[in-house]
Amino acid sequence: MATAGEVFRRSLTETVGQVCDDSSSSSELHVLAVDDSLVDRKVIERLLKISSCKVTAVESGTRALQYLGLDGERASVGFNGLKVNLIMTDYSMPGMTGYELLKKIKESSVLREIPVVVMSSENILTRIDRCLEEGAEEFLLKPVKLDDVKRLKDFIMKGDGKDGGETRILKRKQLDGYASLSSPSPSVACDPSSPLMPSSSPSARSSKRAKLRNKD
Amino acid sequence: MDVMTQLQRQWREHTAYLRKEGYLDDQFEQLQKLQDENSPDFVAEVVSIFFDDSEKLLNNMAGALEQKVVDFKQVDAHVHQFKGSSASIGAMRVKNLCIEFRNHCEAQSLEECVRCLRKLRYEYSLLKNQLEYLFKLEQQIRAAVV
Repeated sequence: MATAGEVFRRSLTETVGQVCDDSSSSSELHVLAVDDSLVDRKVIERLLKISSCKVTAVESGTRALQYLGLDGERASVGFNGLKVNLIMTDYSMPGMTGYELLKKIKESSVLREIPVVVMSSENILTRIDRCLEEGAEEFLLKPVKLDDVKRLKDFIMKGDGKDGGETRILKRKQLDGYASLSSPSPSVACDPSSPLMPSSSPSARSSKRAKLRNKD
Repeated sequence: MDVMTQLQRQWREHTAYLRKEGYLDDQFEQLQKLQDENSPDFVAEVVSIFFDDSEKLLNNMAGALEQKVVDFKQVDAHVHQFKGSSASIGAMRVKNLCIEFRNHCEAQSLEECVRCLRKLRYEYSLLKNQLEYLFKLEQQIRAAVV
C-alpha cells in the first residue's frame, strides 16, 4: 500500500508530466483505448487500470483522432490531453475501422511513433497481415487477457523511443515468442513464467500467423 | 453451518454449475480476477452493461428481420456485435448461437434467422436469470459480513 508521501510524489509527477507534455517523467503508461462496444471498453479499461496504466477510452476512430489532436477540422496546438504511449483499437467499428485509424496515425508525422495495437474477435489472416504491414505492433485476438496487457506494457516500457527500427525488429521477435506462449487454445496450459523462446526473424511473422490461425 | 458458509458454498456450486453447463466459459473467470477491493462490483457492472446492450441488439435484430426487404448484412452486423460482447463476458452458449446465426445471415435464409433469433432470445434469458441469481447470492454474502 502506497504511503502518503509516495502518493503525493506520484501525483506531483503526473502534474509535471501534464504540463511538460512528457510522460517519461511519469512511471505510468497512458493508453488510449478505442472500441465501439461499451462492454469491451469497460473490460479493457479495467485490464489496463489493474496493470497500473492510465486509460482514456473512446468509442470511435474519429473521437480518437480528436483526442490526439489530429482531426483536421480543428487546428490544434499540441495534444488535447496527456501524451499517449500506446493506442489499442478494435478493428471492426462503424464509420472508421481500426485499420483506417491505424493508417491515419502512421501517416501522421506527429503521431506515427505511438505504438498501435489492433484487437479483433475474428481470426482473419488477411486482416492480421494488413494491420501488421501498416505498422501495427501487435494484433490481439479478443477477448483480451490480462497476460496480453502485461506483455504489451513490458514491451512499451522497455524500449520507448530508443533505437527506432532495430529495437522494433527485436521487439517483434520477442512479441512473437510471447505470442507462441500466450496464444490461447483452451486445452493448452500457458505458463507465463516459463522462459521465453526466441523465434528467428524470417519466420517470426508466419509463426505468429500460424499461432493465431490455430487458435480456433 | 453458519449462514455465511452456506451462502459461499451455494455461490461456488452455482458458479461450477454454470461452467459445467456451458453457460459461462473461462472468460467469466478472467473477469472475476479483475474484481478486487478497488473495484468490488466490476463483474456486476460489466454484466449490467451487457444486459442493456443485449436487449438493444436483440430488438435491432428483430426489427431488421421484420423489414419487407431484409438487409442480411444489417442483421449480421447486430449479431456480430452480440457475439463480441457475449464473448467478452464469457457467455459461451450465447456466443455459439451467434456464430450459428451469422451462418444463416450469410446464407440469407430468413426462416433460419428467425428461428435462430428465437433460440437466442431464449438462451439469453436463461443466462440472465442464472447471472442474476449469482449476483443475488453475492449481495447476500456481503450483507452477511456485516
